Amino acid sequence: MGEKPKLKAEAINLYYGGTRALGDITAQIPERSITAVIGPSGCGKSSFLRLFNRMNDLIPYARTEGGAFIDELPIYAEGTDVTALRRRVGMVFQKPNVFPMSVFENVVIGTRNHGVKSRAELEMTAERCLRLAALWDEVKDSLKKPGQGLSAGQQQRLCIARALAVNPEVILMDESCSALDPESTMKIEELMLELSREYTIILVTHNMEQAVRVSDMAAFFMIDGDKVGRLVEFSPTADMFYAPKDKRTEDYITGRFG
Amino acid sequence: MKSTRLSLSPRAAERVIKVFVWAVALSIMAVLVSIVVFILYKGLPVINAGFLTEIPRRMGREGGIASPIVGTLLVTALAVLLATPFGMGTAFYLAEYTRDGAVTRIIRFSAESLAGIPSIVYGLFGFIFFVMYLNLGWSVLSGGLTLAVMILPTIIRTSEEAVRSVPTIYREVSFSLGGTKWQTIRGAVFPSAVRGIANGIILSIGRSVAETAAVVLTAGSALRMPDGVFAPARTMAVHFYILASEGISMDNAYGTAAVLIILIFLINIAANMLIDRLATKGR
Repeated sequence: MGEKPKLKAEAINLYYGGTRALGDITAQIPERSITAVIGPSGCGKSSFLRLFNRMNDLIPYARTEGGAFIDELPIYAEGTDVTALRRRVGMVFQKPNVFPMSVFENVVIGTRNHGVKSRAELEMTAERCLRLAALWDEVKDSLKKPGQGLSAGQQQRLCIARALAVNPEVILMDESCSALDPESTMKIEELMLELSREYTIILVTHNMEQAVRVSDMAAFFMIDGDKVGRLVEFSPTADMFYAPKDKRTEDYITGRFG
Repeated sequence: MKSTRLSLSPRAAERVIKVFVWAVALSIMAVLVSIVVFILYKGLPVINAGFLTEIPRRMGREGGIASPIVGTLLVTALAVLLATPFGMGTAFYLAEYTRDGAVTRIIRFSAESLAGIPSIVYGLFGFIFFVMYLNLGWSVLSGGLTLAVMILPTIIRTSEEAVRSVPTIYREVSFSLGGTKWQTIRGAVFPSAVRGIANGIILSIGRSVAETAAVVLTAGSALRMPDGVFAPARTMAVHFYILASEGISMDNAYGTAAVLIILIFLINIAANMLIDRLATKGR
């Protein structure tokens, strides 16, 4: 885990139309670490995650107030190049969502979009990222076959390879294991630990054991009386799970609600 | 208390429905098959190498149908080539570039109204606007333009449906990889929508090939081989109609109809093969 904060949120308020979804969120995500975001359904975990690659922008009438930063650079400034930001902040979604094209084309679609045309370069990228995603040995002979023919676990690793192919610095994982069987989940967790030596990872999860197994830091979200998502506690995972500071955190992780 | 209405046990009702649905489906199939079989039975004996390669003589009593075949292909190709970019452009605009509002409702309403207009009205419009006002005369171009207007609503509607049915998550993934709007449409949306879009185009090709009223008023009914887009042309459907309605030659009318049916089959097969290649190639 690095000392420097990679991502920062400062007094963030997020509104969907007239509804306030996140209230006064301030947090610093350390670089080269895994931060687990936990909390009951509908408490703004995904919204918090999507803050950092501005995916909330895609939702009509969504509005963000406050500051978010990557390496001290503002994410919500007037002139921010959103496509460049999203190259630095990759994302893996809940369900494996492989495009209806070959394994190879799935990995390099982002690379192609960024103007790389040389076949050799694309092939190098594909191999490097599939190796990083621990999938190369399983698919190296079927790169031309449809990506959707792979198993669910393989497809999710393919999605990780696809996200890595645009050389991000941060990877946002939105419940990326929730649709997978335990064996595939284990593989992805090993992969996350491996990747966290180079990348900054934020992981939304409903699985407490998973948070304990993989994360360095943990952020606990909950809605308050006004249904606004609040960051209740943000601390090293070991501290949160063995000595929670807030009563609500303790109630949640001991399974009293949620 | 005993019900006075005729009632069946759920199981018996299930069977009755099953038999009914089967019977309906079968009878529809039977109608289709008997039409095709009847046309081929009457038409196939007329077809030989000469019929396909010679131009009609003595108003179509003798000779072949080479010029109507070429006329059909030219008019249809022109119509589809003109309508496809406009139709797909409109569909992508409606589905991707705008939120639902007054403008989209007007466009969609216009497209749906256009789809319900009888083809003879398109023919009259084409005759007045393209043939007379723009002075294009009876020509492949006038016919192609008229058919393009006619099939546009079909292409817009099927393409828009295809684009809308692409899962939102594909767009999100593409944006999350730093894709621009256009890259997202081209790389993530289009490959998933291509099958639906192509089906709409095939449907339109079928309608163009089979169209009579709109073509006879705009492309004309010249028997000679069209030598360009400004030349008048007779399509197979028009040829068939004239041969039959004016009692020129029923044999050759059936022969023309048989070639028309075979052509439509071939177009469908070729188009489906093309779609499969497009869809699996992925890019």
